[in-house]
This record gives sequence, C-alpha cells and structure tokens, in this order.
Amino acid sequence: METGTWKVKTGLAQMLKGGVIMDVVTLEHAKTAEVAGACAVMALERVPADIRAAGGVARMADPTIIEAIMKAVSIPVMAKCRIGHFVEAQALQALGVDYVDESEVLTPADESHHIWKHGFKVPFVCGCRDLGEALRRIGEGAAMIRTKGEAGTGNIVEAVRHMRAVMDGIRKLVSTPEEELMAQAKEMGAPFELVAEIHKTGKLPVVNFAAGGVATPTDAALMMQLGADGVFVGSGIFKSSNPEVRARAIVRATTHFRDPEIIAEVSKNLGEAMPGLDIKQIPAEELLAPRGW
Amino acid sequence: MRIGVLAAQGAFVEHIARLCRLEVEALAVRLPHELASLDGLIIPGGESTAISKLMLDYNLTGEIRNLAKNGLPILGTCAGMIILANATPDLEVEPLGLMNIMVRRNAFGRQIDSFETELSIPVLGKKPFTGIFIRAPIIEQATSEVEILAKLADGTSVAARQGKLLACAFHPELTDDLRFHQYFIGIVTGN
Repeated sequence: METGTWKVKTGLAQMLKGGVIMDVVTLEHAKTAEVAGACAVMALERVPADIRAAGGVARMADPTIIEAIMKAVSIPVMAKCRIGHFVEAQALQALGVDYVDESEVLTPADESHHIWKHGFKVPFVCGCRDLGEALRRIGEGAAMIRTKGEAGTGNIVEAVRHMRAVMDGIRKLVSTPEEELMAQAKEMGAPFELVAEIHKTGKLPVVNFAAGGVATPTDAALMMQLGADGVFVGSGIFKSSNPEVRARAIVRATTHFRDPEIIAEVSKNLGEAMPGLDIKQIPAEELLAPRGW
Repeated sequence: MRIGVLAAQGAFVEHIARLCRLEVEALAVRLPHELASLDGLIIPGGESTAISKLMLDYNLTGEIRNLAKNGLPILGTCAGMIILANATPDLEVEPLGLMNIMVRRNAFGRQIDSFETELSIPVLGKKPFTGIFIRAPIIEQATSEVEILAKLADGTSVAARQGKLLACAFHPELTDDLRFHQYFIGIVTGN
C-alpha cells in the first residue's frame, strides 16, 4: 500500500471534474454547499471579496475553522496557504485537509519561490495566468491547476483571459515543430519535459479548473465551454442575496454547460448577484493575479 | 454495442476513453432520454453527494432503477458503487438500492490516506490489478446473492458482482489496464 503517489494526488482532482468547488467561511456555508451539490469546499476565514476589502496581510485560516468544516461535511475540504509558505502547508497537511491551494488570494510569503510540492503527501492546486505558469507549478508538484482570474471581483473577464491564454498555449505547442520545442520551453520558462508532453498529447497532464470572478450560472458554463474541467466559486455564492438557490443553479449549469435551455432555466429568479468590480478601477498594486510568477 | 457513462459529475471522460480503446461506442449521459437504447451504463467516480443530487434533479434516479430492474448491466466505480448500493449511513446520498451491499463512504480516512495497491482479482486472471483508492468506500456487508470479486490483504471487500451489476471501490478508469472494463463488457454481451 502506497500513499501520496502522483496517481492518487492527480486522481482526486479527476474525481472533482465537472463539479463546483465553493468558498465557505462557516459551518452553515459548508452545509449549504454540500446540499447544493458542491464537489468540494474551500475552508476560509474570509471570502476573497472581504480579503480585498480588509487589506493588510492575509494568512492561512485559523485551524479551528478548517477542522470544524472538515467535521461538518463529507465532501473534500481544501484550504489555502500563502505562496511559498511551506510551513502553513505543513500545518494544513497535519490537519488532514484534502487539497492545499497555494494561493495568490493570500499575501505571498516568498516573492521568488513557490513551495516544492512534490515533498508533500497532500496534493496541491495552484493558480496560473498562462500555460508557462501552469507548467512551472506542475513542475514543482501541483497535482491540479486553476486559472487565476481576479478573485473577489465578481468579474469574469480575467478568468476568460487566463483560460484562453492556457488553451492558446496548448494549441500553439501542438503545432510547434519538434526542433523548436526547446526554444519554446526557454521562452515560456517552462520545464522542457512538460512542453514536449503537451506537444504530443495536446492536453495538460493535470486537471484545470477556472477561478476568480465566477458569479452566475452562465459564467460557470462559459468557463466550461472555454475548456475548464470545473469551476471554483469564491465570493460569488455567499456574497449574493440567495446563496442556496444560486449555489444549486451554478452546480446545474456546470453539469449541463452545453445545454442553453437548462442554463436559461436555472438562471431565473436567483436574486441579486454579488456586486461586481471593474478591473480597470482597481489600482495595479491591489490586483491579486500578478502575485506569484 | 452502446455503453452510456453518467456525466453528472466526476471522471466520466476517463471511462469514455477506456471504452473507446476497447472499440465500444460510448456516450455521456446527463438527461433521461440519453438512457434510451443503451446496452450498458457506467456510473463513474466523483463526489457521490453531487452525483446523487444531479441524478434526482434531472429525473435519472427512477429511470436508471427501472432499466436495471429490466436487466440493464451497470458498472459503478467508487462513487458509482455507493450509488448502486442498498444503503449507506450517509444522509446526503440517495443510493439506487440495486445491489444488496451496504457501503461506507470515505472508509480509509481523508485524502492523505488514499493509496495504490496490487489486488488479486481471480475473475481477471492471475496477473495482479492495480487498485487506486481515492477517499474510497468499502463494502461492509453483502447478502449471499452478491459475489465478492476482490478483497484487500486485511479481508476488506472492495469489488462485487450481483447478476449484471458490477461495483468496485477503486478506479480502473485511472489505469491503463483494461481488464476490468473488458470484464464488464463481457457481462453486457453475456459472455
């Protein structure tokens, strides 16, 4: 019996596909998410919209909250650590969380280095803005990738930008002649072996979810049609006026993402979505996606 | 031969890919009308709570129950095994109640306890089969109509067959070994 293998780490992400992972800060949120059909929850002290509003340094959540949520639901529980903060990650592994998100939503602890994720038994998910960034994280041991988007904005534009960049990167590598792959790897700053693998297979070696700005069922289905394997919804559910109904609607739209009639039906009477932010109004130093490299 | 793979949530693409390698026509099933004219159905791994709710929301639960009672062969892997079962102590999942097995979800603990191990599965031949167990369930009880196909070294039951229904706690769809899928296709064709 062998635990913590690459198959087992990437395999859990495969089991989450076609599903919705919801940010939760209380036991009630976690139950609501489970009842709505979430495939996992992200246990936090504050949703990204509140982290953004509060400013200051955002850190790993209090283990009391994470443990309480792990007890309250039977679905997988994820938790965030700061970029490069491998001791927060060690603590999360010790708590027994099912996935660690090395996340730009928290304030980075290291501006040069991400965590060496191969050294952990718990699997990691990491954010990316393009294919090069995705492959650097996979090289370090991320068993799942999510496009970053811009968390806490309720604005899907950055999530779309990042998903298109990843998919475009894959299409380009597939049509790149073999003798140019090394130069491509150099230009992308990505491990050559992964670049060569994508050239051959035409797909990422791990599951890729969309994150950062999903607020409606149509947003979720949009990301799925752009090629996401599933979606993270952060502030979009519990900052809306009717979280129970919206959560169910986003779950249904993610499953039936190619069925416009179902998407239209589930989009009815959801109440107010979370208030959105125009990315152009956010000062450059307050953007979360450029954190990490 | 057409095999449907329930595509509510989970690793359905992996099952479809394995069926294609065995040159079987495979299609994703999300709505009841897509169950028509299938020769077999696979309920994949995923989150059993999410799959169970989406099955109820879109009226798949009753339809699949009827088809199974009329002899449709079904394979359930991991979450799919929970859904085929008679009972689970968990209130968030409504099983189909088709197999006389009682299962326990997340029986080995959390993700850090997920594991790979070599299994002896006599119906697949002498060569061991790699069992990938991810937050896996186990079969806690089974009646005499149920044939247990595989056990862990400690005696825990992890695969079973009852007539044309087949279930396992691990993920044959995550390996390159196609023997478990071939065995299911054998049930479908009656060989």
